[in-house]
Amino acid sequence: MLDDFFFRAVLAGLGLALVAGPLGSFVVWRRMAYFGDSTAHAAILGVAMALAFDISIYAGTLAVATAMACLVSALVARGQAMDTMLGVLSHSALAFGLVAISFVPSARSDLSGYLFGDILAVGRLDLALIWTGAALVLALLILRWQRLVTSSLNEELAMAAGIDPRTERLVLSLALAIVVALAIRVVGSLLISAMLIVPAAAARGWARSPERMAAVAALIAAASVIAGLFSSLHLDTPAGPSIVASAAIFFLLSQALRRA
Amino acid sequence: MLIRADGMTIHRPGTQEAVLSGIDFRIAAGEIVTVVGPNGSGKSSLIRALLGQMGLAEGSVTRQQGLRIGYVPQRVQLDTAIPMTVRRFLSLPTRVTDAEASAALERTGVPGLGARQLTQLSGGQFQRVLLARALLRAPHLLVLDEPTQGLDQPGIVAFYQLIEDVRRETGAAVLMVSHDLLVVMRSSDRVVCLNGHICCEGTPQHVSGAPEYRALFGAEAQGMLALYQHHHDHDHDHDCDHDHGHAPSALPH
Repeated sequence: MLDDFFFRAVLAGLGLALVAGPLGSFVVWRRMAYFGDSTAHAAILGVAMALAFDISIYAGTLAVATAMACLVSALVARGQAMDTMLGVLSHSALAFGLVAISFVPSARSDLSGYLFGDILAVGRLDLALIWTGAALVLALLILRWQRLVTSSLNEELAMAAGIDPRTERLVLSLALAIVVALAIRVVGSLLISAMLIVPAAAARGWARSPERMAAVAALIAAASVIAGLFSSLHLDTPAGPSIVASAAIFFLLSQALRRA
Repeated sequence: MLIRADGMTIHRPGTQEAVLSGIDFRIAAGEIVTVVGPNGSGKSSLIRALLGQMGLAEGSVTRQQGLRIGYVPQRVQLDTAIPMTVRRFLSLPTRVTDAEASAALERTGVPGLGARQLTQLSGGQFQRVLLARALLRAPHLLVLDEPTQGLDQPGIVAFYQLIEDVRRETGAAVLMVSHDLLVVMRSSDRVVCLNGHICCEGTPQHVSGAPEYRALFGAEAQGMLALYQHHHDHDHDHDCDHDHGHAPSALPH
């Protein structure tokens, strides 16, 4: 079955969905949407570097996304005007990435694959990496769950309980960088943060506890992957955007059902 | 001594500007100590430094080995993005049993709120839930940073009454920052008046009579003093068996 490109795509998408739910919930709780954007956009720069130096795309995006996540995290800690700063970083990272990638002739034709993902081209190795990385991040989140939730709710309460919010922020930044690297083949640099935020936002209205929200978000993300891939197969639409579009439809449905 | 600070100086983060200087501070088991002072006088910085959340520029802070602190922070800004029931909140970051959780809520006068979302609580209910959470750690010391902000007058009086009850039952010391001068004067063992340094400290009656205190709080303090002394005399007439349970309506307006 792994020989089937479509089956591999579904598996890759589900691996990402599993971790995007919980991590995306933190992104929503901590209002880190722009943070996710800048880290994800930096991934394009990572792709350009990986191609130029002939190293793995995953290694390149992981390195650059980690650097970006740490930079943003440091700026947050220093209390910079977040909104503007993240906007500047996010779009500059994207612009520099696009400029850099134009210097790598072999990459120019694949550009849209890096921007919007190329999930149907996922191979066995990609699959192994995606599931390993997703399992790793998920384990990290579960191990530190109580600490992460406490410091997301209120940093002062966390500090009084002996939790250093800076450590938790760093953990989330690293988790985000790993997920960005994993997601670049699946939904691409431009849609990674959508994959994090949209399912979590859809889950918000249905959850009474943080655990429930993370689980529901993972389910919605998984359903979006399956719905997106099937619609891509039958309507011949691009896979990555179809997945995010499905998630957006789930979000609209969840809002409408709550109003009803 | 639960916490003791000697010659403590704290700078505003990232600057050389002193927020507090030369602070000597002690709090012993079972004591209720209240810190008063105008805005920007360093009250919150003092608390944070004593809790070890803030670096010192000079001096030292020593906390008793194994000291358990229950903390009720100032103006908790709860993010509404995070769904959270009262019951779940009580288990952050240390998990507690359902029985412990409902006992704590019962103790602080908000029984049966467990299933409620935090965002659906009134200000007074939320303060009591915060206190319940702090009590679940079986603290030696309760630290409350302006715990009654946003409460109305009866709510404030009831909350301090609860704090006194908790102290009596658990023997926990209480360190709090407060703006509610009148209530502070009635319910504290010791008052520390702060304005970048310790202006004066001592029993409520000593502090309310101190010129430094009057200079800081002006006319309001004069009024308070009159009220306090009235009360104080009144208490003395009754053989020192301090009854702190006077309803606010019993006070002359």
